[in-house]
Amino acid sequence: MNYQFNFEWIGTYWPVFLAGIWMTIKLIAVGGVVGIAVGTFCAWARSLGPKWLGIIVAVYVELIRNTPFLIQLFFIFFGLPALGLRLTEVQAAMLAMVINLGAYSAEIIRAGIEATPKGQFEAGASLAMSPIQTFRHIVLVPALQKIWPALASQVVIVMLGSAVVSQIAVEDLTFAANFTQSRTFRAFEAYFVSTAIYLGLAILLRFILIQVGHSIFATKRRASR
Amino acid sequence: MITKRNFLKAGALAAAFSLSATAVFADALADITAAGKIRVAVPQDFPPFGSVGADMKPQGYDIDMANLIGEKLGVEVELVPVTSANRIPYLQTNKVDIVISSMGKNAERDAVIDFSDAYAPFYNGVFAPSDVEISEAGDLSGKVVGVTRGSIEDLELTEIAPEDATLKRYEDNNGTISAFLSGQVEAIATGNVVAAAIIERNPPKRPEMKFLVKNSPCYIGFNEGEPELMAKLNEIIAAAKADGELNAISQQWLGLDLPAEL
Repeated sequence: MNYQFNFEWIGTYWPVFLAGIWMTIKLIAVGGVVGIAVGTFCAWARSLGPKWLGIIVAVYVELIRNTPFLIQLFFIFFGLPALGLRLTEVQAAMLAMVINLGAYSAEIIRAGIEATPKGQFEAGASLAMSPIQTFRHIVLVPALQKIWPALASQVVIVMLGSAVVSQIAVEDLTFAANFTQSRTFRAFEAYFVSTAIYLGLAILLRFILIQVGHSIFATKRRASR
Repeated sequence: MITKRNFLKAGALAAAFSLSATAVFADALADITAAGKIRVAVPQDFPPFGSVGADMKPQGYDIDMANLIGEKLGVEVELVPVTSANRIPYLQTNKVDIVISSMGKNAERDAVIDFSDAYAPFYNGVFAPSDVEISEAGDLSGKVVGVTRGSIEDLELTEIAPEDATLKRYEDNNGTISAFLSGQVEAIATGNVVAAAIIERNPPKRPEMKFLVKNSPCYIGFNEGEPELMAKLNEIIAAAKADGELNAISQQWLGLDLPAEL
């Protein structure tokens, strides 16, 4: 191999990368928080909610989990304007990520809920808690604790999957790499840098999620003693 | 340990290298002839230059050009589909021998690859429906314009568009066309032939020419340091211009005679 690495372009193009990193962070912040909220609601609806709602959620979950993310993104961005709903590319990307993570996290959280012993529901009922109160205080937190590592992995997967939003001209980290590559023709270097940044972002995101998990579950562990 | 035999071998090698210093770089033309096959990067989303026909086979001006080159070289043609953004990396990483992908010439590209003589006419412009008032680059102020990332019109428009114009850069031409037709952008910068191909399909929005961005005929691209290949390609292009073969291709795909200045 006699490839000559050349990183001179970083001097000119680093603001593009910085803007791209910031966009990717914004996308996963919104997609992650709202996506998990949607997932939690869907998990409740499917395991404890009314039957008709459970069926609607099941259709949504299967539809999203069995179609490619890129097609979902194109559907929202290029398809919905025909129905009169025009979203900007950033709104479309965030919506696609929320819908996608919502479906995947619903199934992960549902697994946690279904692994919760029946006695915990009965404990709630015996304390005169409503089913919703029981779910919030007694079921959800232990359920999340069981599946937290799987959920954290799913959020990281969605963050990495957000690379395809550059296809609808969202100026994220992948856009920065492609843009730089198309201007400098230093393809190897541009993807080398973006790969390293994605790796760093993924590790950082996982670390943050683990810390968040510790802070949610630590108090519960003490309380249960 | 250097044995006498190895030492002699090394000496012979060194001599061979110094004698053939000018021919050390592989001659792409000789490689193509020896392989009996030429690998050509062609577009697959850029009618009428390259698209996939109803029979799922690639077709277009560039595909006919690739076959013409293969025929004149007496070798088989292997078509490799590429996008505007990846065609030069394909060439640099030796995934293809030449690029016939409606590629224009500019200083940045000229610094990394070489070009043949022009083989097809091409004009870039800004297009929008008739009710959008644009007549020069300055009128793009406050407007959203779609463009294919890394294309020549992207590079040119980035230079000439006013500060408050928003350029949305899509991955490939399908993205740019879809963004225009779905109303995500008000105008697009693209080739006149692309706009003509959209109009031919009677879309709800008709892209009409607003102003010329650049006249940029198409060239065949190949790696630097291949004088033999360049001479041969130019010879084939000149012959095809002279005997009307290239004009026939232009008539078929662009519906026009080749311009005299090409």
